[in-house]
Amino acid sequence: MKFSRRDTLALGAGAVALTVLPLQANAATAVDDLIATFTGGADVGEGGVTLTAPEIAENGNTVPVGIDAPGATEVLIVAAGNPNPNVATFKFGELAGSQSASTRIRLAGTQDVMAIAKMGDGSFKKASQTVKVTIGGCGG
Amino acid sequence: MTIKTMSFIVALTMTLPTLGAADADDDKLVINEEIAITTKTDAPAHLDGVFDEVMSGWHFRSDETQAMEMDDFDNPGMIFVEDAIETWNTAEGTEGKSCADCHGAPEDMAGVKPTYPKWNAAADQVFTLQMQVNDCRVNRMGAEAWKTDKGGSIPMEALLSSVSRGLPMNVAIDGPGRETWEKGKEIYYTRYGQLQLSCANCHEDNYGNMIRADHLSQGQVNGFPTYRLKNTKLNGAHSRFKGCIRDTRAETFSPGSPEFIALEMYVASRGNGLSVEGPSVRN
Amino acid sequence: MAQGVKPRVKAPKTAAAGETVTLKTLISHKMESGQRKDKDGNVIPRSIINRFTCEFNGKSVIDVKMEPSISTNPYFEFEAVVPEAGEFKFTWYDDDGSVYEEAKSVKIG
Repeated sequence: MKFSRRDTLALGAGAVALTVLPLQANAATAVDDLIATFTGGADVGEGGVTLTAPEIAENGNTVPVGIDAPGATEVLIVAAGNPNPNVATFKFGELAGSQSASTRIRLAGTQDVMAIAKMGDGSFKKASQTVKVTIGGCGG
Repeated sequence: MTIKTMSFIVALTMTLPTLGAADADDDKLVINEEIAITTKTDAPAHLDGVFDEVMSGWHFRSDETQAMEMDDFDNPGMIFVEDAIETWNTAEGTEGKSCADCHGAPEDMAGVKPTYPKWNAAADQVFTLQMQVNDCRVNRMGAEAWKTDKGGSIPMEALLSSVSRGLPMNVAIDGPGRETWEKGKEIYYTRYGQLQLSCANCHEDNYGNMIRADHLSQGQVNGFPTYRLKNTKLNGAHSRFKGCIRDTRAETFSPGSPEFIALEMYVASRGNGLSVEGPSVRN
Repeated sequence: MAQGVKPRVKAPKTAAAGETVTLKTLISHKMESGQRKDKDGNVIPRSIINRFTCEFNGKSVIDVKMEPSISTNPYFEFEAVVPEAGEFKFTWYDDDGSVYEEAKSVKIG
């Protein structure tokens, strides 16, 4: 078969598009797998858990975040865009004063940060927020 | 987008103060609910015609970052201050003395940081605080000097700074140190590097504006040494000067060099009136 | 044991029986994520604190499983109920097997 220049270019573009997609799919799967492992595949509802995170992180190296899920037994924090999306899992004991905690995390870039809470009745709730992470400026 | 268009946009953003600018906020800084920090005050006399008001870099950071400095427990820079307290109380060198043996408790050193850098008559030159500490170490303790902004220097400067928090910066610009101060002033207004930027271009002409993703401050050093979120450790003023000049794509001076001693003296005096704030928390 | 690792805790010295108190903890630790490379291009191996627990008189307050995305010098703030006088025990577990501990007593008053 004789390829015209147009055909070759179209083929090339197609090939490029194909190589990009699987990478994106992998990242999404890693997050889904992580959440599925935590929930055992159960449905995750909205509400009942509050995630506090800045809209714009001053620096991705140290981002203060907080979770609050009254009545929860465990809360998982996920950074969907990090090389390893699993950030931490908080298990609240019998002497926990509340089902809330704050910490500081690393974010590799602008991404969704999620808090998945396992409630006392076995159900799962989720909160999500996009955190913008900026790079660049003379601060380095 | 072509380079031309990008440079135009950058130039536009930098010249129009209102476009994309986020001015310093009006929050008040009180550390541990007891140390009131002056973060905004009238500019010192020698800045007449340049600034009406001088402001601490604290005002240019996000709310979350500001909050980290308000409590000594939340401020990770204080970990290094605690290390320095141990160093302070540990004997070192041939004389078998610790800092405490001559100077007492760290708290007794309040009032020292605000006057540095300053003229040292015996050495016939301007000393930065780190140089003074080394002078004690070498000549009175018989210990080795610490390198500028390395090893024990930074935690010790942070400790000496922490006990002076709240006191106004008061660097002398007259007397025998005047020549050094003038040299520092000259460096401040000299354009360096491929990008031909002087300290003043950003920190005097454009504070409050954004330079790419950074919110430009007045470039004050009252908060140094500072815990930077970016490298999760304390950073000294000379290291920051070096970084800034390197970012203009110039061959930069070294920490501890005569140029940076002069520059530190001048920059510190630009903040006279602001409280000593170190160790502060910055981005 | 990793170098220079120091735990610090902020806890009240006294509390009313049944009061909810705020606890803050900080431990100086590099939290080497395993993502960085050295000058020669070799991956610097992961070395982090992977777990933090807090107990009061033997009962669990919080148990955190930590991953490399927790920042250097891990910081936690959380709340605990103080039913009676006793002692808070804080424990950090390092990848390299080290265990760091801190304890704070609380009086009822």
